[in-house]
Amino acid sequence: MHLSPVEFTFAVLITSITAGFLGSLTGLGGGIVITPILTLVFGVKIEYAIGATLVSVIATSSGAAAAYVREGFSNIRVGMFLEIATTTGAVAGAILAEKLPASAIFIIFGLVLLQSAYISGRPRPDRLDSSPGDPWANRLKMNSSFPTVDGPCSYSVHHVGMGFGVMYIAGVLSGLLGIGSGALKVIGMDQAMRLPFKVSTTTSNFMIGVTAAASAGIYLRRGYIHPGLSMPVMLGVLAGATLGTRFLIGAKVPLLRVIFGIVVAVLAIEMIYHGIAGGI
Amino acid sequence: MQIAKKGFEAAESEPQTAELPFAKAPAGAEASADVPKAPFWTEKRIELVVGRLLQIGVLLAAAVVIGGAVPYLMRGGEPESHYHIFTGEREDLRSVPGVLHDLGALRPRAVIQLGLLLLILTPIARVAFSAIAFGLQKDYMYVVITLIVFGILMYSLMGHYVS
Repeated sequence: MHLSPVEFTFAVLITSITAGFLGSLTGLGGGIVITPILTLVFGVKIEYAIGATLVSVIATSSGAAAAYVREGFSNIRVGMFLEIATTTGAVAGAILAEKLPASAIFIIFGLVLLQSAYISGRPRPDRLDSSPGDPWANRLKMNSSFPTVDGPCSYSVHHVGMGFGVMYIAGVLSGLLGIGSGALKVIGMDQAMRLPFKVSTTTSNFMIGVTAAASAGIYLRRGYIHPGLSMPVMLGVLAGATLGTRFLIGAKVPLLRVIFGIVVAVLAIEMIYHGIAGGI
Repeated sequence: MQIAKKGFEAAESEPQTAELPFAKAPAGAEASADVPKAPFWTEKRIELVVGRLLQIGVLLAAAVVIGGAVPYLMRGGEPESHYHIFTGEREDLRSVPGVLHDLGALRPRAVIQLGLLLLILTPIARVAFSAIAFGLQKDYMYVVITLIVFGILMYSLMGHYVS
């Protein structure tokens, strides 16, 4: 593609607005499709694409925090404790990103995209587990309650160690690929620690910004955060995501999820193909 | 929160039960015992304030980025080919002092980079506020946990891992 720098900026801006909008409507996050589009369609080097996406992830996570807190679902203690794992993982992932060849990053990115597409097609049953939790959860004062129409509903936290391990991996992927890793964070809390689904998603959002900041510092100092590219990506995703949350708060959009899931799957296969073929 | 509300409701219904002293006394005792006890800096209140601060941080960062983007685009941006060959961002825009130095020259790219830096600092500030919040709640175990996270973030931003 031959675009002037100004045309390039606006093309990336419009792409980012669309990705941010669809990402927030479907709950998959906009960041996950930006890097594939920037690399595959615009021919941007993957290091720059990852740096720009990481910055946009911080913007959407921090921007949404106030709204999530007001709902009263997020568990700050669980989030803060698990951030030890995600930030350590993020630093390790950002350091690993420099050591790995671009082809390997393309392939890992593709596999993570495939997994996200798979998750987006699955139903999410909300179960409540009030059985006695992990003794560590008691020691760490993690057990809490969340508001329902019938008053506060208490829950206990399970498998703290396993959750901590999953969060470390989520952090590594966040630092390696410049994504929020929201899906994996939710799995860690929802499946391993058996937190109520709504608590898992809002606490995950709380953690995404801090996790991304842990690798963003390294990315900045390594020169991966390019102002000319990060500017339209960050502004676009932020505008799109804000629009998305205003548009349909809490609405179910199954068809949109399926379509977005297919787009993600196609991008995943393209990323893996490019990684193996060693193109770009 | 819930208990305080109950106490308030009891106080409201007080006039109706005023003629029954034994019913009035516990209601009054409950209200006076609970209301002063409720700390001003409840977890929820702290989080709401911190959430607001985060939003302000993001909006401020976006405003600064736009402030740099306008002159950047008016000057015609920069050749797109630059993104194809990865050489790393210029040395001066890779660190906090470097960005601040270039700001002196009012370079549009330095202004954008300052906005991005503000954005990266926003969740870090959040963690710092959380440490203070746990301190106000006298939850020292979580003060330590939060400071560990803060230390990792500081290491990322200023550590000596870059070769």
